[in-house]
Amino acid sequence: MADVPFQPDTRGEFSYPENHKFDAGYGLTEETIDYICDAKGEPDWLRRFRKDALKKFHELPMPYHWAPEGIRDVDFDNIRYYLSHGVPPRKSWDDVPDDVKRTFERLGVPEQERAFLAGVDAQYDSETAYNNMREELSKQGVIFVNSTEGLKEHEDVFRPWFGKVIPVGDNKFSALNHAAFSGGSFIYVPKGVKLKQPLQAYFRINSESMGQFERTLIIADEGAELMYMEGCTAPKFDSATLHSGVVELVALKGAKIQYVTVQNWATNVYNLVIQRGLAMEDAEIRWIDCNLGSKLTMKYPAVVLQGRRARGEVVSISLARDGQDQDTGARMIHAAPETTSNIVAKSISIGKGRASYRGEVNVLKGTPGCRNNTECDALLINADSRTDTYPAITVNGNASAVQHEASVSQVDEEMLFYMQQRGLTRAQAMSLAVNGFINDLVNEFPMEYSVELRRLIDLEMEDSIG
Amino acid sequence: MSLVIKDLCARVKDGADILKGISLEIPKGRVHAVMGPNGSGKSTLSKVLCGHPDYEVTGGTAELDGQDLLSMSVDERSRAGLFLAFQYPVEVPGVTNANFLRAALQARLPQGETVDAVAFYKELRAKMKQLGMDAKFTARAVNEGFSGGEKKRNDILQMLMLQPSYAILDETDSGLDVDALRIVSDGVNAMRAPFRSFMVITHYKRLLDYIRPDVVHVLYQGRIVRTGGFELVERIEQEGFDFLKD
Repeated sequence: MADVPFQPDTRGEFSYPENHKFDAGYGLTEETIDYICDAKGEPDWLRRFRKDALKKFHELPMPYHWAPEGIRDVDFDNIRYYLSHGVPPRKSWDDVPDDVKRTFERLGVPEQERAFLAGVDAQYDSETAYNNMREELSKQGVIFVNSTEGLKEHEDVFRPWFGKVIPVGDNKFSALNHAAFSGGSFIYVPKGVKLKQPLQAYFRINSESMGQFERTLIIADEGAELMYMEGCTAPKFDSATLHSGVVELVALKGAKIQYVTVQNWATNVYNLVIQRGLAMEDAEIRWIDCNLGSKLTMKYPAVVLQGRRARGEVVSISLARDGQDQDTGARMIHAAPETTSNIVAKSISIGKGRASYRGEVNVLKGTPGCRNNTECDALLINADSRTDTYPAITVNGNASAVQHEASVSQVDEEMLFYMQQRGLTRAQAMSLAVNGFINDLVNEFPMEYSVELRRLIDLEMEDSIG
Repeated sequence: MSLVIKDLCARVKDGADILKGISLEIPKGRVHAVMGPNGSGKSTLSKVLCGHPDYEVTGGTAELDGQDLLSMSVDERSRAGLFLAFQYPVEVPGVTNANFLRAALQARLPQGETVDAVAFYKELRAKMKQLGMDAKFTARAVNEGFSGGEKKRNDILQMLMLQPSYAILDETDSGLDVDALRIVSDGVNAMRAPFRSFMVITHYKRLLDYIRPDVVHVLYQGRIVRTGGFELVERIEQEGFDFLKD
């Protein structure tokens, strides 16, 4: 037999029996929080912080007046808020519990780490199982740890920014995350340090009814540069799982952060994520976001352009198949003069899948010379598909330029017939048409990921056709 | 070995009957012309043979080298050797000509084999040169923003690359200027071979002056009402289709 190269399982439709030392049970109460704090050995300030957040969570309303219908089905009492093996993060895959290690091997994570990554944080249910970074980066002062360790070992670095970009009371889900957070990455890149290779986090849900509330905070000091990538999968259980992460980015003067997400959750995961970055003078933040999985995703990466000449960008691809609702978009807050932002969003709806774009561009008062460009394009595959665009543009004051373009196109029977007449199967034809539609955006992803992305889209197409 | 059509009847799905019992046989190595006034069913015949989803076959048979064409999917028919040069080639945004053709060739290979990129591009450039197409067309999206003539030429390029054993040309001459018509016809003629047949659908003699047919059929109101040689083409050129009404 020929030597077949290793093919990672990009969907992760498998699970291992649960093997938890800690299980906080169903529902979120003060007792749950005490349980989490005890399990993690957290300081008192954090316990109080979490409990305050829990109060806010109960006070704040669900966004029923604007959110997609599906959010009504989220049942907070039917979620397990903390599940862990009770093993601290390991620096060697050999020390990681066997089921966890096998999971990440099947997903191809160690393989990618060897091939092109500067560091990896692999989270299994509530906790990081593996965290390692190339040694030369530690010597340069780069910190790459999970959130628990970040607040414990590097409180002086992370606490000042923790919950500052996305405050507790920002909305119900930020409060939820502040109360229940576990896992996620805390990263600090010192002044002038430019990472040549990406850091990667992999979020894996293995257990039924799991709620994953990772928390990520990335600080790029003046002139620093990094790319961070996150991937996620979960098997499909009978009951829904909830993923509600919070990601805060801080790009200090002249720093550059690129944050890449390839989301491929199983189709009964509620993926309600808040991502926001703060870009200071001459800094640049780019969100590159790809949503393929989940039942309902609500996610609108934001950049607050806080310093003069700061730049923000959101590049977004989403794919909605039968039973999926991809409610995605972008927010750009121009809070300083001469700031620029760019939003390019493309969505594909297949069958009864629904993809919506929600955007906000806000140019604050006294900030002349701002520019925003927004393009959103939707591709509909068959007549049941639905797509909506909800742009909101606010410009206070003049001397700023904002433009918005939107288009809707279709893969129709004539196009498919044409392509099939040339010998492509229906699935191949659709896949090629979809790839054509997103071609320019896929090239924005790092090469290793764009190859993966194309393969994933091919798989999804084949599945949609049956 | 031939394309054999017997008593073929077809209609627009849930609509009017268009083909009302068509029988013809195109043996390997032959060129048959199909002529007829607008609405006689020429394009429908080509689409039905290729399995277009807008039509349903209500009777008759069609066989390609003994294989039952009508039970095959659109792409199976293509891979079995049937090619249609479209009257209106379709735009495929974002997919380059090169990628499209490569995917189409790849679809013909057994599992595990891949198209050799170097050989592919070499051949593609040679065929494009043959059709007088600029090399930059490899990187342009299929038919996107092409003129009518460029689209037709692009369809012929696909035919040259895919080397089908049966090719249907549906009004390939419409939208082509005199020079393009000659170049495209030269391309088709270069492909004529004992193992390949053509069905050339056209309104005009000018195409058939270049691509000389062996047999000419005249389609009228969903039936083949005349079959003959080039003299039929000349009569139609002089008299129009009025004589069919007798």
